[in-house]
Amino acid sequence: MKTDKVKIKGENLTVAYGDNVVLRRVNFEVEKGDIFIIMGGSGCGKSSLLKVLTGLKEPAAGKVLIDGVDFYAADTAEQKKIMRNGGILYQSGALFSSMTLAENIALPLQQYTDYSAAMIKDLVALKLALVGLRGYEDFYPAEISGGMKKRAGLARAMALDPDILYFDEPSAGLDPVSAKLLDDLILEINQSLGTTIVVITHELSSIFAIGKNAIYLDSESKTVSAYGNPHELLKNPPNRNVLSFLTGGRE
Amino acid sequence: MALDFSTEQQKLTVVLSGDMRRYDDQTRIAEVMSAAARVKEICFEAAGLKDWDSTTAALIYRLITREIKPKTKVVTASLPEDLQRLLALASAVDRKPAQPTMNKECFLEKLGGWGLAVGGGIKKALAFMKEAVASLVRFFCGRAVMRRVDFEFALEDCGYKAIGIVSLVSFMVGLILAFVGALQLKMFGAQIYIASLVTIGMIRIMGAIMAGIIIAGRTGAAYAATIGTMQVNEEVDALKTFGFSVSDFLVLPRLLSLMITMPFLTMLADIMGMIGGAFVAVLILDISAPLYWQYSVSAFGLNNFLVGIFHGFVYGLIIAGCGCYYGVNCGRNADSVGVATTRAVVASIVIMIVVTGLLTLIFEALGI
Repeated sequence: MKTDKVKIKGENLTVAYGDNVVLRRVNFEVEKGDIFIIMGGSGCGKSSLLKVLTGLKEPAAGKVLIDGVDFYAADTAEQKKIMRNGGILYQSGALFSSMTLAENIALPLQQYTDYSAAMIKDLVALKLALVGLRGYEDFYPAEISGGMKKRAGLARAMALDPDILYFDEPSAGLDPVSAKLLDDLILEINQSLGTTIVVITHELSSIFAIGKNAIYLDSESKTVSAYGNPHELLKNPPNRNVLSFLTGGRE
Repeated sequence: MALDFSTEQQKLTVVLSGDMRRYDDQTRIAEVMSAAARVKEICFEAAGLKDWDSTTAALIYRLITREIKPKTKVVTASLPEDLQRLLALASAVDRKPAQPTMNKECFLEKLGGWGLAVGGGIKKALAFMKEAVASLVRFFCGRAVMRRVDFEFALEDCGYKAIGIVSLVSFMVGLILAFVGALQLKMFGAQIYIASLVTIGMIRIMGAIMAGIIIAGRTGAAYAATIGTMQVNEEVDALKTFGFSVSDFLVLPRLLSLMITMPFLTMLADIMGMIGGAFVAVLILDISAPLYWQYSVSAFGLNNFLVGIFHGFVYGLIIAGCGCYYGVNCGRNADSVGVATTRAVVASIVIMIVVTGLLTLIFEALGI
């Protein structure tokens, strides 16, 4: 893998909460334009790793390199710039409940760009249409369903045309049809905008449908125990835990 | 970056060229939109387009969805393939949910809606009160499902932990009452009656009101926020599905603890207010301490004292009731918890004032 193609690199990452180490010496690389899956069973440290990648939790040891820049060694201005280039879709959508969907999406545009009000309105309309929520500008999060909240959260995550989109359990709490629609949306965004996508999930259907590359975090060894294309990993599983996970415990 | 256009025989050609990232020339955009509304065909030329971003896509999306007449032919073949994919995704109709229906109500509908909401609110409040009374009855019959630890925690929270703030505020109120009274009584050479003024004022009503306002802001708000957050986290639903009475489990410990502590806090407020008055009288107005004590004792009537304590007890019921009612009826988002907390405090204070007025009239009529 050539360095100039690498968008995100985790180098010997160790994550701990006090004395409780949840991840040890995690190494991986995410290529530009990749759809990268971080998978593993419950409690394996997936969400902790996402926090580290998105700048919410400093690792106990190791580096996170975004476009070659060591995030946690960079100054605050550089860190903010990197964070602006990454959009995150949280499990619940994490929309601001006191704002309409349009206001939610407009907020980062108003904060970080000097676009006119008319352009912001057009951008909000486009982003909502992209996630299939055309005409929902004036709705409050409490007035829409869980699946729609996720899509609205995705529209907000895409507001600033980020280079990287992080998804935290995108299918959690969704019916199979809505989950499939969200997976399709992730694929289409990746193909049309070339956005690098990092998905935290344990949903097998999503992993095989959208994942180009993946790492498997093992809760016993607390590190990466498999690295590669999910279909390849299923064909040649490096260990029993990975095989068991990828077959849903059937083998 | 450039956005050009030309119109020829009902056909608009929109030319995109150069670097179109962050394009926001609203004057030029308005000209293109205006031209688009008058033609039957729109053709995009993007051979010279070097780079684009969401602003370019938003501009084209607006043009083809909102500005053109129905049945206008749109030719996007010249646009970059990824931009075409993005526009196709935005225009996809298969994933579009049913269009929302926005209700625009007239004044009468709004008034009717308000009336129904008030009626519904009163009904809900009465049902809540009925449940709370039933819980109290069950408790005294020894049949209420209440965890002792919850009761002890609530008692501790609104008991000794509230002593500091109630003492401080009541002391200051007694002090202010004495100062304000002294200004008037001094004109008649009757400063010594400050003792009577402060004693009667504090023990009959001011002590209870001050304790009530402090506890409404401190404990009533905490009740609404705690139960409201439980509502958001679906903990209240979990209690219901277990078959527990929400009133027994959540309301009763709080209600009982305030019923018990409020009379004591009122007594504390009375004492601290009187000390505040004595502080001003003795140290600033040079009234001797034994004389102040003598006048205070003569002004102290058992009736006044008991009226104050009764007020405190009633305020305890009101504060616990409002805090728990707004918590139990809280919405399902973070915003609702804030609203419930504010309403609990405001409603507690307003109801306390209204009830004070009513009780004053009743005691007056009874000659107490």
